[in-house]
Amino acid sequence: MDTTEFLIKLILVISVFGISLLIAMYSTYAERKVAAFLQDRLGPNRAGPFGILQPVADGVKMFMKEEIIPANADKFLFIAGPSLMMLTACMTGVVIPWGGELTIGRNTFNLQITDVNIGLLYIFGVVSIGVYGIMIGAWASNNKYSLMGGLRASSQMISYELAMGISIIALVMTTGTLSTKEIVEQQSSWHWNILYQPLGFLIFLVCAFAETNRTPFDLPECETELIGGFHTEYSSMKLGFYLFAEYINMFISSAILATLYFGGYNFPFIESWGLSPNAVTIIGTLLFFGKIFFFIFFFMWVRWTIPRFRYDQLMNLGWKVMIPLALFNLFITGIITLWRNGAF
Amino acid sequence: MQALTNRSMVVVNKKMTWMERIYLPAIIGGLMITIRHLFKKKVTIQYPEQERPRSAVYRGWHVLKRDEQGRENCTACGLCAVACPAEAITMTAAERKPGEEHLYREEKYASVYEINMLRCIFCGLCEEACPKEAIFLTDRIVPSGMLRENFIFGKDKLVEGVEPDNRIDVSKRARAHRTY
Repeated sequence: MDTTEFLIKLILVISVFGISLLIAMYSTYAERKVAAFLQDRLGPNRAGPFGILQPVADGVKMFMKEEIIPANADKFLFIAGPSLMMLTACMTGVVIPWGGELTIGRNTFNLQITDVNIGLLYIFGVVSIGVYGIMIGAWASNNKYSLMGGLRASSQMISYELAMGISIIALVMTTGTLSTKEIVEQQSSWHWNILYQPLGFLIFLVCAFAETNRTPFDLPECETELIGGFHTEYSSMKLGFYLFAEYINMFISSAILATLYFGGYNFPFIESWGLSPNAVTIIGTLLFFGKIFFFIFFFMWVRWTIPRFRYDQLMNLGWKVMIPLALFNLFITGIITLWRNGAF
Repeated sequence: MQALTNRSMVVVNKKMTWMERIYLPAIIGGLMITIRHLFKKKVTIQYPEQERPRSAVYRGWHVLKRDEQGRENCTACGLCAVACPAEAITMTAAERKPGEEHLYREEKYASVYEINMLRCIFCGLCEEACPKEAIFLTDRIVPSGMLRENFIFGKDKLVEGVEPDNRIDVSKRARAHRTY
């Protein structure tokens, strides 16, 4: 790897990291605004024009709050929990193809940090480590409510990971690759995977809601009934990390949804406009972010529409509906793949 | 039984059909309802800049009235303090000195008159008790504050100004009061 390539990758890594944080920061603002608008209110509008400085104010508040580590907590793990959560949330952005190729001078470079040939597997590996962030935090708090909240959260995430994994296997059967880049390239023009895997998309979407702990699956952290769940004992920026990681996860989930099922940076008929390759790449990236923002909005939209599940309903849906449905989808996909290859 | 409105729905505990059991149509229906609210007119009133219309006989921040010549009506008789169920009113009486006739209407006046706004329940019994039409509740809202001390309103915050522009109109409230 020569110096230019190294520098380009470095810039890309830093910008993806920065953009993730920025979007997560403004998701908190968007969440409050969307919530307000869906409830016929106006939302935060005092800090700066239209309240756009609200996330800064919230951040300052988080930092100024008293830092409390309970006396009986395991101090190392207590800090490791939110750190791990934040770390895994930021790691997934690496394999997402943010755009096509840009040519500047003689250098051509990819708007993807690294194209691992097991990109999808990498995402799932990292996402499943995220569960440990919650479990460690809950265990280290040395508080029975936190522990129960952590158990709730981890069993929920593990249950829905199964269905999510199976729906992804069906997708991999149709695409024939685990590389996120190749999956996006295959969806050029209008050949989006949502058209080939509608049921798989539905399962993936529901599981994405469960994985990011968003309503209607937000039992791990519903403040009103279940006293905050795993982060009951957390305060100050460590609590901020947990909440922030949720928003990064939401951003990354939206990016994955857009990548896997909605064609990533592809858009129908973009080739026929006769634009230069660089312009196509930039427009593609912007459209990709448009899709991501739509999904982030969708996450919030659903939050203010559907009430929270009861815990047994959650488990019923996960094990008795989602997994059989995912298996059914896998089965159908297998039959169709065989039929298209002329097995019958 | 006849329904009083056409909004009542009969609740039946029937078995759900397949379409109902997959929930998706219901969820999409719900999403459509919430998205409609995104574009609706917002009900928020931006308080300090905008205010909700209030009744002219609203019982808010008290005023100690002056007469037409700008003299304070209050004679520190103490009936308002006696009438006050929250014991929010205290006062100190003083005798009018020669040369102060333009300030106080009668020969006795309140040198200190304090209402504790945190105790006050805005019932209006003080103005009912007042024989001199000196105290009235107005449609002004008591402003919020950070310190308890600031809620003990003295004469500086209660007595209306002498100039015609600074007078506080209580005619509607006074009229409503007289019809009791």
